[in-house]
Amino acid sequence: MITASKPATRAGAAAGSASRRGRHRPLRTWIIAVTAYVIALIFAAPYLEMLLMAVRPNDELGLATIFPKHFTFSNFTTLWSSGLGGSIGTSLQIAAGATVIVLLVALPAAYCTARRRFRGRGAFLLLVLATQMFQPAAMLVGIQREFTDFGLPPTLSLIVINAGFNLAFAVWILNAFFSSIPVELEEASMVDGLGRIGALLRITLPLAAPGIVTALIFTFISAWNEFLVALTLSLGQSPSQQPLTVAINQYIGEYSVDWGHLFAAGLVATVPVIILFVFIERRVVSGLTAGAVK
Amino acid sequence: MPALRRLAPLLWLSPAVALIGVVVLWPVVVMVQSSFQQIGGEGFVAGYNGTANYAHLFDEPDFVSVLLRTLIWVVAVVAVTMLISLGLAQLFHQRFPGRRVTRWALIIPWAASVMMSALIFKWALDPNVGVINVILHHIGVVQQLGSNQADWLGNPTSALIWMMAVAVFVSLPFTTYAILSGLQGIPGDVYEAAAIDGATSWRSYLAVTLPLLRPAILVATLINVINVFNSFPIIWEMTRGGPGYETATTTIYMIDLKEGDVGQSASMSVINFLLVIVIVLIYLGSTRWKEQVDR
Repeated sequence: MITASKPATRAGAAAGSASRRGRHRPLRTWIIAVTAYVIALIFAAPYLEMLLMAVRPNDELGLATIFPKHFTFSNFTTLWSSGLGGSIGTSLQIAAGATVIVLLVALPAAYCTARRRFRGRGAFLLLVLATQMFQPAAMLVGIQREFTDFGLPPTLSLIVINAGFNLAFAVWILNAFFSSIPVELEEASMVDGLGRIGALLRITLPLAAPGIVTALIFTFISAWNEFLVALTLSLGQSPSQQPLTVAINQYIGEYSVDWGHLFAAGLVATVPVIILFVFIERRVVSGLTAGAVK
Repeated sequence: MPALRRLAPLLWLSPAVALIGVVVLWPVVVMVQSSFQQIGGEGFVAGYNGTANYAHLFDEPDFVSVLLRTLIWVVAVVAVTMLISLGLAQLFHQRFPGRRVTRWALIIPWAASVMMSALIFKWALDPNVGVINVILHHIGVVQQLGSNQADWLGNPTSALIWMMAVAVFVSLPFTTYAILSGLQGIPGDVYEAAAIDGATSWRSYLAVTLPLLRPAILVATLINVINVFNSFPIIWEMTRGGPGYETATTTIYMIDLKEGDVGQSASMSVINFLLVIVIVLIYLGSTRWKEQVDR
């Protein structure tokens, strides 16, 4: 696995470069560092701009200045009268619901494919991999017609749809984690009297915890951020019942945009997700690319 | 009991198969079916329509230009993303103080919803007060705020270029991370061997690093092609595909058609779908994916 081999190679490469170019290193390091700081700032800049816009007083919206002259928090306090609390609730329901379903469905599938060799195993993993090539946008008409026929409330439909499209990531990353846990460890604890289920719960699951957390957070974030299917299925609902990504668009009118509220709401929607993402930063790539490089 | 044991995997896998079936596979069937039906904007099925939806679609005056634009959009965005990411990954692979924090900044556009990022850029490109225009005005690129020149999103060509830039911007974090994890998988002694052989750093990058990065580049390109092809929020929030359909890709076009003619929209989706598959197959064929995996 990529994560497992990382510390060793990083240390090896560092030792190599230190011995080779010992004296040049400080200057070279600082040039690299400053370049990286500038690039990091560029990546953060649009979101810092969002913050600047959210705290800019309305009467300064027409000024062509980079920084506002005064700061206000009124955009955040008046946000809630437009039903934003309800939208947050809806988004939370969708993201949490999808996460729970993904976990319940992906855990047994990933464990089974990691531990046992049976007919159809390869076909199943290929099916899961294929779903990663599918995007909701590519089959929106089909999704809309199918789920309208079901007649479920939009929130419930969105839970199921988001779960389905994030299943592949969870299955692959959990499969990799389960495969990396030695079977002998489970067998030894079974002999010690834990039993099969006990071994699974006390030994295997805790060892796979980093993978489980990564799958959880990744599903939560992508369901929270999903826009197109949410827009299609929750059209015509009142803003407080729409998920956040859709409800935010209520601040965009035909002729004018309420930028202050738009970005205050955007900040509320974005900051928690960025913090969550930091936790899975180092593992998320292996989940997205694991199936394809195997 | 042995028969039961053989059936056990089915039990463990069936929830996953059912979920994939309902959410991913069945919509494809419904979509293909809809593309041969006559369906109005409100979703009422008026009957079987043969290939008329496809015939109408091919007759649309905008159809060919939308297809071409989609192709340019995908190729340009993915190619530029890959090139910049190769450089960024090389940079963030070095050791320097504060690397962890800078990497956190790098993931922000990945964690944030693409819709929010698109809206920020739409605001920043506002002809009168948008921050990008204010900065461009300061450094003398934009002569006058509020002028036609500052109205980047009002002109199809400049709008498309700016939206491509946003698409590249939001694709960079994942791509850079994918290449970074590829770099971390390359053992350090490979470079030492190259250095002993007298290879300069640029030569050892071309001869050693790049070939070893092939699997990572391959996967990142594939995932990007699929994402960029179906990318919707950027164009939707910044221009809605307008003026007319002059900045629309097939995905935007399909969604716009859905308002009035679901059947025709479905046929656009089917073509969109086939195009993605064809592009992926061509890409895999041209990169000799099979050898890569078998090795």
